[in-house]
Order: sequence, then C-alpha cells, then structure tokens
Amino acid sequence: MGVKVIEKGLLTSIQDRGRFGYAQLGVPQSGAMDRYSAKIANLLVGNEAFKAVMEITLLGPLLEFTKDAFIVLVGIEANIRLNGKEISLLKPFKVKKGDRLHIKQITKGARLYLAIFGGFQTEVRLESRSQFYPITKTSSVEKGELIAISKNEGLKLVDFASVKYKNKELTSSVIEVFKGPEWDQVPLVLQEQILSAELTISKNNSRMAYQLQEQFPNTLAGMLSQPVLPGTVQFTPDGNLIILMRDAQTTGGYPRIFQLTEDSINSLAQKKQGDKLKLELIKT
Amino acid sequence: MNIDKLQFKQLGKQAILILWEDKMNETTLSEILFAKKKIEEIKVKEIVEVNNTYNSLIINYVFTINNIYNETSVLKDLLEKANIDKIYEGSKYILPVCYHKKFSLDLEEVCVQKKLEVEEFISTHTIPIYTLYFMGFLPGFLYLGGLPKSLQISRKKTPRLKVEKGSVGIGEKQTGIYPQISAGGWQIIGNCPVTLFDASLKKPTPFSAGDQIKFKAVNLEEHQDILNKIELGKYQLEKVKEWE
Repeated sequence: MGVKVIEKGLLTSIQDRGRFGYAQLGVPQSGAMDRYSAKIANLLVGNEAFKAVMEITLLGPLLEFTKDAFIVLVGIEANIRLNGKEISLLKPFKVKKGDRLHIKQITKGARLYLAIFGGFQTEVRLESRSQFYPITKTSSVEKGELIAISKNEGLKLVDFASVKYKNKELTSSVIEVFKGPEWDQVPLVLQEQILSAELTISKNNSRMAYQLQEQFPNTLAGMLSQPVLPGTVQFTPDGNLIILMRDAQTTGGYPRIFQLTEDSINSLAQKKQGDKLKLELIKT
Repeated sequence: MNIDKLQFKQLGKQAILILWEDKMNETTLSEILFAKKKIEEIKVKEIVEVNNTYNSLIINYVFTINNIYNETSVLKDLLEKANIDKIYEGSKYILPVCYHKKFSLDLEEVCVQKKLEVEEFISTHTIPIYTLYFMGFLPGFLYLGGLPKSLQISRKKTPRLKVEKGSVGIGEKQTGIYPQISAGGWQIIGNCPVTLFDASLKKPTPFSAGDQIKFKAVNLEEHQDILNKIELGKYQLEKVKEWE
C-alpha cells in the first residue's frame, strides 16, 4: 500500500491544486494552503507541480512506510526524525519499508509539505484529491489509515541543487494586496488606518479563513452575497478583517476590501496565531 | 446587450467581476445567466470558470491574467455584441417538504411573529414558484428567491451550531435547504428528504442557477418513505415540463 498513519498530528491532510470549475455548485477550491511550497516539494521528487502532497500543520504526524518510497519535506524550519535520526528539509531521500518518519514540530512557519514520488493515491472527488468534507469522506488523514502511494517505477533523481526555495518571501511580514471591489467605499481616514496598522493573526485561523485580531469601525452598507475567492479580505459589520483562504466559501455578504496576491496567500499560509503582518497596497 | 449600466471590476489579478444593479430580481438573473452562457461559449472551462450571485458574475481564471485591461475589453465587446434572444428558462422541480414539528424547529415561533396559523404558513410556503439564484455557502446549498412577503423574517440572532441535513430554512427574502449538517442562522421550518448534493457523482447535483422549484407538503410517513426509496436508489426527483 504505502504510508500508515500512526499518529495524525494537529491537522494533516492530502492536498493538490484543488477544485476548479465547481464554484457554481458552492464547492470551495481547497488545495495546498501554501501552493508554492507544495509545488517545490513535488518538483524535488520529480513529480509534476501539483501532484497530491501531504500538508502538515504545526505538530506533525508519525508515519510508517509499508513500502519503499522516494520523498522530500518542504517548509521553513522543522524538527523531523527518520527512525530517530534527524532529517533536513528540501533534500529528497529514499525510505525503506518499515521506516518511521516523525514530523515532531514545525519550528518556523506553520505548514510543511511531504511529497512522494508519484504522489499520494487517495480518492479523487470532483477532479481533485484535496481533502475537504463532505466532498471527500474526511477532512484530514486519520489515525490508523493506510494511504496508498504509487509504484516507484520510473524514478529519476532530480538535481535538487537547481531548485531554489524562496524562504525569505514566505517569511515576510508584508502581505501584498490589491484593492477589493468595495475598497473605495471605505472612508479615507480608515483606509489610512488599516494600511498603516501592524496586524496580528488571531486564534481563529484555519484552512477556511484567517481572522485578524485588530478591529476597525465599519460603517459600510450591507450588500447582497457576492462572489469571493481565496485571498479575498472581508470587512465584517462588527469591524473584523477576515482573510479567506483555500477552503473558503464561494460567496459572501461582507464588503471585500482587498484581494491578496497569490504569493501573499502562500506567505500567509505559513503564519500562525500571534504572528504580525502589514498590508501593502499594490498600485495599479 | 446594454453594458452601460454594468460595472466591470477586478478581484486581484485572477478574476474579473461584472456587477448589475444592487437588486435581486428575475430579470437581472436572466441577463446574468445569458452573459454567463456567452462567456462560457468562448472560454475553455479548464482555464476559466464563471459563477454568478444575485447581481454579479465572477470570471475566474486558473492563472494570473496577463493583461487585465485587454481581457476586460474582450468581455465588454462580447457582451455588447450579444443579443439576448430569449428569456433564460431553467428546469422545473417539485421538492417534498415535511413541516412536522419534529423538523420545523422555528415554525411555531415564526408563526407567532408573523401572526399566522401553521396551516396558513404551510399553504403560503408551498404556493410560489421559487427561483434558484445560485448555489453557495455549502456545496449544493440552494439560494431560492421568491419568498412571499407575509413569510419574510430576519435570521436568528444567534446561529445554530448544528442544523440537520435537509433542513428547510427561511431568512430575509430567501428560502433554502441545508444539503448537509452544518451551522446555520436561518429559521428552520421543515425538512426536505431529497439528497441535494452527492460528491461521489460526476454531476453532484441536478440543479443549476435559473432553475425553478416548488415545494409540496408531505407528512412524516411520506417523508420516511422517500428516505427509504433514496436508500434503495429508487427515488426519482419530480421534474415537470410546465407548471400547471
């Protein structure tokens, strides 16, 4: 089969590029939160960019391989052991049947990606393996689960020295945003306040959305539900800023004041509760 | 079509929005769905997805749009040249709803507020032909417009943490059905036994924006009967050609 989940960690799920074309059925996109790191992980083991990878959040799983595999771990900084021996990020390696991989803790950043040659072979639902309940049966991998991986045939070692990982960009506290459709309705003074504030990620952060701790007085008129995307920043009537992430709903009724760039979504996905950020408006 | 009254905006470098006036009505919906069809005709669905809400369209691109101004004018041009040939006509479905108090957690309270007898509420809720404006909130959650004024009521002040699958709710001018267990703030007035969304199917839901839906009251026994039939794969969704 492939990989057995001995301990599942805080939130471990299988993700690929997500679902595209199903928004009109109300189906969220899902997919790797930090798409960039997931892509690098795939490239390092010689996969196409968006094969299904394992997304690991803060405290990782303990995995046991039930057959040989070629794998890599990509993230900012983490404490990882293979049969008790320390393992580095960004360096692909072979594992043997019976090997135990323990992703103990992510020490910098929030998410880590485990890519395996050939990709994880979980069920495909609506053209994607990305876990999101109830599109898939579960929203995360479960303890005791045996996850299928493909055969090791055709493995070609990649010259991984040629793949550069933009560590710095991912850890930047500057989050680049475009004006959202309702930004111009925000009074100038408030625009200034929001853009100059040091913002903090609250405890309400998930694959669906990151809510910020700071609040701002909102006098904007209510509106009919409108389309939203991952990276849309909503400004709620009670003054909260909510940044939608990969599992976000497809529509929302709050004013959309910003839209994050793709790079900024990836960078935000590497932030956790208490991390600081600043929004920087892209001049268009 | 006349595009002067439309607003074209962008959502990052990934998507273009087209906004109609801030209203919910069938004429606008029909225009939006016409525009949606036109855009889908010229775009490859693997690269562009088009989705609508009450008064807007989003044209979402799988990759960053290189030149958003060019792309916007392509869309403007396309819509300007398109003639709305006929009113969009969706499919027509009849959905069973059981209003029994086992399911209709808020019905009594709603009736008190709206000064209605329960029977009156049920007959008023089952008369209109509702329009499916779009799906959102949850996979397969139907936003149905056309709720009679006498039934319109605000959402619950505190949303329920758990609303059962199939719960039929009302909130403001809308009525809708929860396709799965979820948190939810609408007033729950019944339950529809029909499975609205099944992700294991290639086509997970029979519905699409613009469809028309009518409710039919069923009792507890009939509700259970439909559930049993669904279990056995013997239930056929009621679809009609014309409304009587």
